[in-house]
Amino acid sequence: MVGLHKSEMKNPVVRWIDERLPIPSMLNQEYAKFPTPKNFNYFWNFGALAMVNLVIMIVTGIFLAMHYTPHTSYAFDSVERIMRDVNFGWLIRYIHMNGASMFFIVVFIHIFRGLYYGSYKAPRELLWILGVVILLLMMATAFMGYVLPWGQMSFWGATVITNLFSAFPIVGESIVVWLWGGFSVDNPTLNRFFSLHYLLPFLIVGVVFLHVVALHITGSNNPLGIEPKGPQDTIPFHPYYTIKDTFGLCIYLIVFAFLVFFMPNYLGHADNYIPANPLVTPAHIVPEWYFLPFYAILRAVPDKLGGVLLMFGSILVLFVLPWLDTSPVRSMKFRPLARPFFWMFAIICVVLGYAGAMPAEGIWVTVSQVGTAYYFMYFLVILPVLGKIEKPRPLPESISAPVLRGGGPIMAGAAAKPMEKA
Amino acid sequence: MMRILRTTALAAALALGLPIAAHAAGEVPKPPAQNWSFGGLFGTFDRASAQRGFQVYKEVCAACHAMKQISYRNLADIGLSDAEIRAIAADVQVKDGPNDDGDMFERPGRPSDRFRSPFANEKAARAVNNGAYPVDLSLIIKARGGGADYLYALLTGYRDEPPEGVPAMDGMHWNDYFPGHWIAMGRPLNDDQVTFADGTPATTSQMARDLTTFMAWAAEPELEERRAMGVRVILFLIILAGMTYGVKRKIWADLKH
Ligand code: HEC
Ligand code: HEM
Repeated sequence: MVGLHKSEMKNPVVRWIDERLPIPSMLNQEYAKFPTPKNFNYFWNFGALAMVNLVIMIVTGIFLAMHYTPHTSYAFDSVERIMRDVNFGWLIRYIHMNGASMFFIVVFIHIFRGLYYGSYKAPRELLWILGVVILLLMMATAFMGYVLPWGQMSFWGATVITNLFSAFPIVGESIVVWLWGGFSVDNPTLNRFFSLHYLLPFLIVGVVFLHVVALHITGSNNPLGIEPKGPQDTIPFHPYYTIKDTFGLCIYLIVFAFLVFFMPNYLGHADNYIPANPLVTPAHIVPEWYFLPFYAILRAVPDKLGGVLLMFGSILVLFVLPWLDTSPVRSMKFRPLARPFFWMFAIICVVLGYAGAMPAEGIWVTVSQVGTAYYFMYFLVILPVLGKIEKPRPLPESISAPVLRGGGPIMAGAAAKPMEKA
Repeated sequence: MMRILRTTALAAALALGLPIAAHAAGEVPKPPAQNWSFGGLFGTFDRASAQRGFQVYKEVCAACHAMKQISYRNLADIGLSDAEIRAIAADVQVKDGPNDDGDMFERPGRPSDRFRSPFANEKAARAVNNGAYPVDLSLIIKARGGGADYLYALLTGYRDEPPEGVPAMDGMHWNDYFPGHWIAMGRPLNDDQVTFADGTPATTSQMARDLTTFMAWAAEPELEERRAMGVRVILFLIILAGMTYGVKRKIWADLKH
């Protein structure tokens, strides 16, 4: 359709723009009027938080890049110059450093929210898949970012992780040399990691955009996991969820600020304040905390290729999750059998993280193996089978029905509580 | 020859890669927790102590250890005056150049110079220290898991003899807290090694304490500013969160059924 957009904007300037480029209308539709289930609990804050976090990473990253030198001889010192001589450089760097941790905390909660409330199920499969793509890109970005300060853990972490690719038969060694740009992790590696570390966040922005577009096609899931049946079940995004997200943002910023200002190095590793030295291997090479569960899976099997395949598999399995979970019921609230298995899964992920931080010997190998087995069982056996044998609790007729009717015992609580809390 | 090579390799490994030894030798006790002026959430550096610590560094440790991240001008942070800083800097000769004739030359230090390093490079440092490398101390507090407690324990943890039944090691010294116990650095602090202008008795533990305070400042010179800003930011955010919550309640009130 050619011709000016029929704008409803009042302000003449906004209207003039809107007629020619209807972004104001789109924003109004997608962010102000957007009908949103009225029963969100606070777990629905984390998507907005992740988006804010991404912006924080990009802004602080750009300022860091103005002072950072991607060269093996200068990288470590240039980070120290940022810490000591750049105005508020310590603040920018500590925000960026802890921002990476906050990003993973937020995204992990966001993902577990999806797992619990079945947000990956039809019709939101593609939305979920785009989320997993974002997770992968984040992991690559954070991994390469951690190499940039060129401390001992930067160097050895990069060496260990890039070396994993050598496990692949025939092409493995060539892949590693290609990744390194040489025969060891060295200046070319640092240079390309910096380049990619700058690039990938903008790819993430692109995928986040698609993620949000997909979300606005299907609409949000909600704690009951049933679709809104009509206008009585939804409220406009603005002002209800804009204000709720703003409140959540304040709480998130308090936690973030506490890390940045009072324990900025708590989540890091002391060895990364030792300049990289290719001649000295730390006895205990550990990745950043957010990679630990995957690291435990990697080390669970004695075979290198097996470990690598399992580690990649642990993320890839998420891509097909929408088709593995056979239950038509989304929310674990109504899945009495699946729920304990879910909580077990959550605990196992934490235990795997702990095992990943421990030396790969003795009891920790067993713990990693049991954990890994459960991790894959959950997706490949438990969810597919439970969907067939479980008898779910009756679903409420609609989001507002139980409340309006005064409700049965379970449903009233389920629907009303989040709002009471809110 | 082999033996020298081995010791060198071990010492080199110890100097930079202490975790190797940490796990190989296992049982190094956890350094006891000390009470630090800069500890806790709101601590600040005890200026007098940091200044004495600088004196110990300058008179003892600087013979072997560089602190290349720090400039003389930074000492203003721990309360040294401009004149004092100028005098301290002028005490050392630094290499500069090339001048208009293309020659390098020596000149007295300036406040803007970095702390002068005792050795031209790592090889020179190792050559003089039996193959071991005296690490740069600028970040030592952040670069060791035990932080300030570890440095203090290390400096006060020397024994003249290894414990019963442990054979002595040539050129190495027993330390209770160094990972692997055998350290190439001889006991650096002995009672009354320096004379403090303020009359504080220079016991080993006093010097170790002051030195650690100085090193903690050197590793995190932003610490006081950071915490002060943190208090203000978090108070602001708490108030903002409270107000936002109030607004949220008000907006959502009309939805209550
Ligand atoms: C005679 C030279 C010399 C002097 C003086 C000296 N050190 Fe050392 N220091 C060394 C050497 C050599 C090593 C490496 C030891 C090793 O790796 O076994 C070392 C290592 C260290 C370490 C690293 C320990 C670790 O955990 O890796 C610290 C900290 C340290 N010295 C602090 C000091 C302090 C503080 C002083 C001043 C009170 C001082 N040193 C004085 C030579 C010296
Ligand atoms: C998805 C968003 C991002 C993540 C998860 C991320 C993560 C990280 C991490 C973990 C580090 C190491 C921190 C440290 O230990 O010092 C780092 C460093 C760095 N990042 Fe990022 N980053 C992101 C975006 C960006 C962007 C967009 C830029 C540049 C425009 C950038 C520039 C830098 C620079 C220059 C460093 C090195 C300085 C330093 O180590 O402090 N980052 N990043």
